[in-house]
Amino acid sequence: MKKNNFKILSYFFVPLTVVLVFKYIYSKPTIDEITTINQTNQFVETSSKIDVTEVNFNFDVKPILSDKCYTCHGPDDKARKANLRLDIEDGFYKALEDNTNHYVIDKKNPNESEILKRIDSENSIYIMPPPESNLILSEKEKQILKKWVNQGGKWEPHWAYTKPELPKLPETNFKNWATNEIDLFIASKLESKGMSPSEIEEKEILIRRAYFDLTGLPPSLKRIDDFISDSSDDAYERLIDNLLDSKTYGERMAAIWMDLSRYGDSHGYQDDQERIMWPWRDWVIHAYNSNMPYDKFITWQMAGDMLPNATKEQILASGFNRNHKITQEGGVVPEEYRVEYVADRTVTSAKIMMGLTVECARCHTHKYDPISHDEFFSLYSFFNNVDENGLIVYGDTAPKPNLTINANDIKSDLPFVNLPDSINDVTLMVMKETENLRNTYVLNRGSYDAPTRLVKPGTPETVLKFDEQKYSSDRIGLSKWFFDKDNPLTSRVTVNRLWQQFFGIGIVATPDDFGSQGNKPFNPELLDWLAYTFQNKDNWDTKKFIKRIVMSSTYRQSSKIKKENRLMDSDNTYLANYPRQKLSAEMIRDNALSTSGMLVHKIGGPSVKPMQPPNLWNEVTGGGGGSLAFYVPDTGDNLFRRSLYTFWKRTVPPPSMMIFDAPTRDFCAPVRQKTSTPLQSLALMNDPQYQLAAENLSTSIFKENISIDKKIIKLYRTVTGRTPIDNEVVKLKNYLDEIKKLNNIEEKIAFNSLAVLVYNLDETTQKS
Amino acid sequence: MEEIHKHFLNNNRRNFLKKAGLGIGGLALGSMLDPFNFGKETNPFASLNNNSLNLPHFAPKAKRIIYLFQSGGPSQLDLFDYKPKLNQLRGTDLPSSVRDGQRLTGMTSGQDKFPLVGSNYNFKQYGESRAWVSELMPYVGKIADELCFVKSMHTEAINHDPAITFFQTGSQQPGRPSMGSWMSYGLGSLNNNMPSFVVLLSNGTGRPKGQPLYSRLWGNGFLSSLHQGVQFRSAKDPVLYLKNPDGVTAQERRKMLDYLAELNHQQEASFGDPEISSRIAQYEMAYRMQTSVPETMDISDEPDHILQMYGPDAQKPGTYAANCIQARRLIEKDVRFVQLYHMGWDQHENLPNQIKGQSSDVDQPTAALIMDLKQRGLLEDTLVVWGGEFGRTNYCQGTLSDTNYGRDHHPRSFTIFMAGAGIKPGFSYGETDDLGYNIVKDPVHVHDLQATILNQFGVDHTKMIYKHQGRRFRLTDVSGNVIKDLLA
Repeated sequence: MKKNNFKILSYFFVPLTVVLVFKYIYSKPTIDEITTINQTNQFVETSSKIDVTEVNFNFDVKPILSDKCYTCHGPDDKARKANLRLDIEDGFYKALEDNTNHYVIDKKNPNESEILKRIDSENSIYIMPPPESNLILSEKEKQILKKWVNQGGKWEPHWAYTKPELPKLPETNFKNWATNEIDLFIASKLESKGMSPSEIEEKEILIRRAYFDLTGLPPSLKRIDDFISDSSDDAYERLIDNLLDSKTYGERMAAIWMDLSRYGDSHGYQDDQERIMWPWRDWVIHAYNSNMPYDKFITWQMAGDMLPNATKEQILASGFNRNHKITQEGGVVPEEYRVEYVADRTVTSAKIMMGLTVECARCHTHKYDPISHDEFFSLYSFFNNVDENGLIVYGDTAPKPNLTINANDIKSDLPFVNLPDSINDVTLMVMKETENLRNTYVLNRGSYDAPTRLVKPGTPETVLKFDEQKYSSDRIGLSKWFFDKDNPLTSRVTVNRLWQQFFGIGIVATPDDFGSQGNKPFNPELLDWLAYTFQNKDNWDTKKFIKRIVMSSTYRQSSKIKKENRLMDSDNTYLANYPRQKLSAEMIRDNALSTSGMLVHKIGGPSVKPMQPPNLWNEVTGGGGGSLAFYVPDTGDNLFRRSLYTFWKRTVPPPSMMIFDAPTRDFCAPVRQKTSTPLQSLALMNDPQYQLAAENLSTSIFKENISIDKKIIKLYRTVTGRTPIDNEVVKLKNYLDEIKKLNNIEEKIAFNSLAVLVYNLDETTQKS
Repeated sequence: MEEIHKHFLNNNRRNFLKKAGLGIGGLALGSMLDPFNFGKETNPFASLNNNSLNLPHFAPKAKRIIYLFQSGGPSQLDLFDYKPKLNQLRGTDLPSSVRDGQRLTGMTSGQDKFPLVGSNYNFKQYGESRAWVSELMPYVGKIADELCFVKSMHTEAINHDPAITFFQTGSQQPGRPSMGSWMSYGLGSLNNNMPSFVVLLSNGTGRPKGQPLYSRLWGNGFLSSLHQGVQFRSAKDPVLYLKNPDGVTAQERRKMLDYLAELNHQQEASFGDPEISSRIAQYEMAYRMQTSVPETMDISDEPDHILQMYGPDAQKPGTYAANCIQARRLIEKDVRFVQLYHMGWDQHENLPNQIKGQSSDVDQPTAALIMDLKQRGLLEDTLVVWGGEFGRTNYCQGTLSDTNYGRDHHPRSFTIFMAGAGIKPGFSYGETDDLGYNIVKDPVHVHDLQATILNQFGVDHTKMIYKHQGRRFRLTDVSGNVIKDLLA
């Protein structure tokens, strides 16, 4: 990537700034919505006066062509008009078919270029895009296209399909601020924008940040105090090493993997009966905790069952590809649903490994990205040979192919599977090929009953050719292709998702779309440096890679927003400070359990049923039966396990998770919404789980023989991790007094109300 | 700074209470109708009122909608689509030329015979419109001149899950936003103390073990979760976690929120995080809902003659009749989209018996709701839609006896009806053949219906889009035409 291209990024950040002003006026849309407004709306552009000095094809021009032209002049040959395509180099420079004196881009006389005449035409038949498309080019977009043509109209391949090379480390004046290479990229970019990075965060804030990011849990007061009083140079590094070594690390990582792998404890359609997949979740936790290299982690999940002399652990890992929904609805056409399952595996794998929206190519060649209809089904064919049924028997918790794990297996090979004492063995779904492999046909419009041409296993060629000499035509071969040194996507997509885990937004803000319609990386050199390093230097060692991120000054800088930076980069895209973020649904509940001392810390095992409002399950069953007709909460320890283990019935997911933006688990979800809703406020104020946490914590603190001020401080610190300033203590005390008076109650009881308030503080549900 | 804020808050409240002559007990109401904030308060449930979409695209006829979803697939042949020929041909086999390759569900694909069966119930014509309605729906019959029947609905799915999902989201596979979410996203909220999309569920008496529902049917899909349907339940907590814990008074809550706002504002100043303000607004909205929702759900102020109008179940919480009253009350509070689901229409066997109870669940309340809206002048801009996810076959599933029969799912033709908001009253659209199997005139696809509904809200269905993963999505996917003939 060329370095001087990036000042041009301002072209889309200035509109973004305008959007953000609207964002604050109209309250808070999600990231997705901001993007939407930016891309669909005209008002965004009008106020942005930009001096169009130099434009870059990939960053400025291609997004316009993709969004406004590719529907008719893109990869899909069936939809293509005038035999003109603007997604490949040749398309731009050839003569028009019906008018051979004219060129899309006329290199000799740029102003004679057909593209420019068309976008400026006032003739409704001649103008592009045509009015009936509902697509309109803004003035700014037209300017960019004109500038680009006048610059010579140079075409470049899509940035994401060229394999990342190791970029040169940039120069910066903030060398003293930097801890590692990440910081050089961030600081240099900030500098070029006239901004500066922030100072290192206060220790008590920093430790909570690292705890949540690496373990999903808050630090105890003791940990905070120890860290604050540890003045040694490597105090922070030792903290990080401890957290990476802690068993809770695997739980935190697994929670993210559950969204991606659309994990559920029920089959997901119609009566939505129970399924058993939790031993696979146990494996995921174990794999993260033992720091299994990422290539192996994926290969086992993609093809564990097919590896030579596959072990039970490898077969267990392949359960990943069975996490999709399965129907038991009487009367369905089984093949219709089997096709859905295969498509789900294809789409999920492509989303996680390639960051592409291949699902668009199920019905027709992709409108924006180079994925043909045939290529979709070539990819699909890897997953089309499972020995499975489209319609499963009612009540079957682990339809074939499956794997039974008994106590002996656990003893000898699978010690991480947490089989309850009450049962002798457990059966779950895994992958296994049919004896006679199925032929895969391209399905017309993606429909199960419309097979057309035969295809063989393969992958989108533009990404990387599927060389049959190099890879076998099965899931093992596909895994090898994913991890080929020349695959341009795997490493980028993976490091981007890991980045998102720590900074809330990826370097590419659309982790599931690295294609033409996706966002561009805000710092492409950093993305490539990380991708190259993870692949070639860290050899897919996830812990080592994560340590690079959390050791960086970029990660450790203060989350306080500086006014001058906010004016220049209101969305904090360039990371002039650490981006404050809402805790995830799991973290919000786990924080309450943990800080109140109620958390029962036990790794793995079957899913549990904590408290939830009564009748949520049975009121939608329509009177139908089955093991999941009624929600029967567990008792004892199971009420207080980490949220990762909460039972997931897909048609009625747990409200304590859904209210806080957890995805439904119907399909792969690489990014969560970040909303604030009144329903969240109600849950935090009134959910008995939070009431109980407040009661537990306030009772235990109130018992201590310390002053009321100290009690308040301790309460505040335990829940938020931060020592309140004097004026805050005064306010909290005033509240306590007012409640005492209002309800005519003892301080001890009022202290409970105070704890409820503290659990509801904005700071409590944020990671600062 | 925060002192000023507090002072301002308190002052507002005190002044208002004084003016309104309310005692301390009116605190909750006080903050709900705070005159200084009134009108300025936005409804966080629809915070992104989409100027970007330039909505509405043209003058709307409808402001609100009540969708009375009849889950399971009501038998059009026993309710509205009168086919005497089927009675004449009872027991004879459905000609394969009529079936014409229609795929069957697994429940009847094994049958070697498809004996035709007419309804056991009598039909008669009602009103000036001479609409045919069966004796199962006498109340609906009586208001036929208010209704617009569409007898030529058709869908693509043959099973419940994909078919309901298709009706509610425009796609058979889960993941897209529901119609109510689209409306909330595109049109925003009409009020400032209620969600814009409310869902009410009821279980029918028609089939003891009916088909289930799934919360994703009122889910927001890829839209912001602010646009999700909020289920109002007949339980102690009409909205999840709405009620304060025992012993916590409204005054205490108010106090907590005031302190919370103060402390949070202080954080805002310290972190410079502008999102904090909007999160404070969420708490205020939650607080307003704590008053507005129970108030709406409490029907003790409904006069007897109104309760009687909705029938014997009107005062039994959680019934369809009770939900119809709730629907009207929510409409009066300017909730944009009220979605009812009534389960139990999936009558594969013993249909004549099951459909009787099921019909009586809905007949009187549905008619009452429409007339109640009318007498309050609300029908003019409130659209009411009644219908299921598909129809039922003209042939018998299982054993045909002299008195009994069952019917399988039938996607090729079925009936729905609408009323209000610029839809032609006393009108019937579309026709099926004499055997009630195929549409012979004016077919209406699910996407056409969705396009027509959106049209009444001033929305061009091809332009209300949301870009997700690089693709422009809309409720009607890539098809749908407004059925102009249905418009008054």
